Order: sequence, then C-alpha cells, then structure tokens
Amino acid sequence: MKEKRIFTQGMKDGMPVALGYLSVSFAFGMLALENGLPTWAAVVTSLTSFTGTGQFVGVDMLAKGAALTQIACTVLVINLRYLLMALSWSQRLDPELNLFQRMLLAFGNTDEVFAVSMAQPGMLKAPYLAGLILTPLMGWVGGTLLGCVASGILPASVRAALGIAIYAMFLAIIVPPARDAKPVMQIILVAAGLSLLMRYMPGLRLLGSGWSVILCGIVAAAFGAWRYPAVEEVEHDDR
Amino acid sequence: MTTGRLALFILVLALTAYLPRMIPLAVFRRRITNRFVQSFLLYMPYAILGAMILPDILFSTGSVVSALAGGAVAFWLAYRRKGLLPVALAATATVFVVERLMAWFAMGGL
Repeated sequence: MKEKRIFTQGMKDGMPVALGYLSVSFAFGMLALENGLPTWAAVVTSLTSFTGTGQFVGVDMLAKGAALTQIACTVLVINLRYLLMALSWSQRLDPELNLFQRMLLAFGNTDEVFAVSMAQPGMLKAPYLAGLILTPLMGWVGGTLLGCVASGILPASVRAALGIAIYAMFLAIIVPPARDAKPVMQIILVAAGLSLLMRYMPGLRLLGSGWSVILCGIVAAAFGAWRYPAVEEVEHDDR
Repeated sequence: MTTGRLALFILVLALTAYLPRMIPLAVFRRRITNRFVQSFLLYMPYAILGAMILPDILFSTGSVVSALAGGAVAFWLAYRRKGLLPVALAATATVFVVERLMAWFAMGGL
C-alpha cells in the first residue's frame, strides 16, 4: 500500500500544476477550433503532445498552410530543451525503474512537472511521478475540451478579432522572462529583428516564412548562448 | 483540412514532443556539460517565438491599426505578468473594439 500512498502524494503535488494548465489549455482549445481543427483533433493533440508552446506554434503554422516538414522542424527545435530536462531526470530517477517505465514516464516531463519533481528530495519513484503527471495531464486535456466547447458559443464578430490571440499568448510566454533576464530580452530582440529583415530586405525573401523562423531562431539562440553561456535552471540537480 | 493531414499533424506534434523527452531517459544517459549547448537549447523557444511574433502579429487582424492596439495591450499585460488566457482575451477585446470604432468612423461617425 506504500506505493499507493506515494502515487496519491504525486497526484496532490500535481494539483497546482493542473489548475494552471486548465486556463492555458482552455485557450489552446479555443484557438485550435478558430484555426479550423475539429474538437477531436484538438483534444487528441493535447493528449498525445502534452506540451504548451509546441502545440500553439504547430496549430498556428497548420492554419497558415505550412508544410508538415516545416512544422516538424520548428516544433522540434522548440522542444529540444526537453533533452536537458530529460537528462536531469535520468540522474534522479530511481535506478530500479525498467526501460518500459522510463519510456512511459518520459512522456510527462513538461516544464512544470519537471520543476515540481526537481524540488523533491532523493530519488524519484515511479508511482510518485505517475501521480505527478496524471493530474496535470487531466487538467491539460480537460481544459482543451472546455475551450473547444466555449469556442462554439462565440459570436462571429468576436471570432474575427481572435486572430491576434495566439500572438498575445506568445507575448505572455516571452515577456515576463525577458523582463527578468537581460540575455532573454536580447535574444528575443535579435530574433525579431532578423525576422523583420528576412521579410522586408529585398533579396532575403528566398526562404519561406516557416524556414525563416527556424533560421532566425537558431541564429538568435546561438548568439545568446555565445554571449551569455550561463545556465542555472537545469543545473540544480541536487539542491 | 483532410483527416489524413490532421492525423499526420497530430503524429508530428506528438513525436517532436516525445522523442527529446524519451531518448535521454532510454538511450543516451550522459549529461550535457557544454554550457554553450545547454544555453542554446534553453534559449531556443524564446528565439523562435520572437521570430514568429514579428512581423506576423501586424497582419493577424483586419488592419494594422487594430493589430498594433491589440499588440500593445497584450505587451503591457504580459509585462505585468498576467497569464496567457487574460492576455489573449484582453488583446482580442481590444481588436474587437478598435475595429468597431474604425468601421464607425469609416461610415462618417456621427
């Protein structure tokens, strides 16, 4: 019964994350429907991807008619940060976990689940992580469904104004960390500046906007990593 | 949008989210110690979002004017650390109001 108690503890620790996810995934559900996805696709996307930024960016690109290869590359580049979080987990997971358990739990390593798990002392047990992943996942999928339902109720005149919503959300993701960390602010400015250049400088429009975003992102992130190679967040493996 | 394209889209999103989370746990268990690589990976989402916002936000509504107004409101609320949903709703409401006003003035106002 000890395992059950650890599992319940994980679910409890996941509650604040689940609540936070409700509103974000609600927004995702609304946007997905505004961008032409049926409800089932929005819900299945949340259930199978369980990632914030990647889903928003993917749906935006899909609505603009981008090729799936472009979507794959952009979202992959955004999601590469999970490599670092997963590597931190690999040092902290209970060594008794078998390969199958590791592969299963890997699915739930979101930014927020990771943050809560790293605050725990000692090795991370499988039942604890399963609980810690389950409640946020329910919040994420449930919120998506609610957002889809709410989107159906909106009048057409309001829907027309929703085009800006996804960019507003992008701003809500990047502005607070840019305010806190000068490197992040500089990287965003470099990326946005390059993106404008690629669009409006004659002769630089060779790339479609999808590839241009990847190129600008890589250059700006490389600039940031070269100029400010300071990393704290992922490093605090053992308090 | 065909169901086939949608299904592929869902698969693409799922795999690109799952593989970076799974591979280090299942296969490659060494730590990344290179600080350049570490910071590069952490900075990437911000850089991509920065490049996606400009210039596309300007053309996301019926006119550049309403987009600028909505973008300014979104920026201000994001700066004040409001959540994703409130920021998105406030920007949408701003665009809605500005476009109503513009239509009203275009018709000669009073």
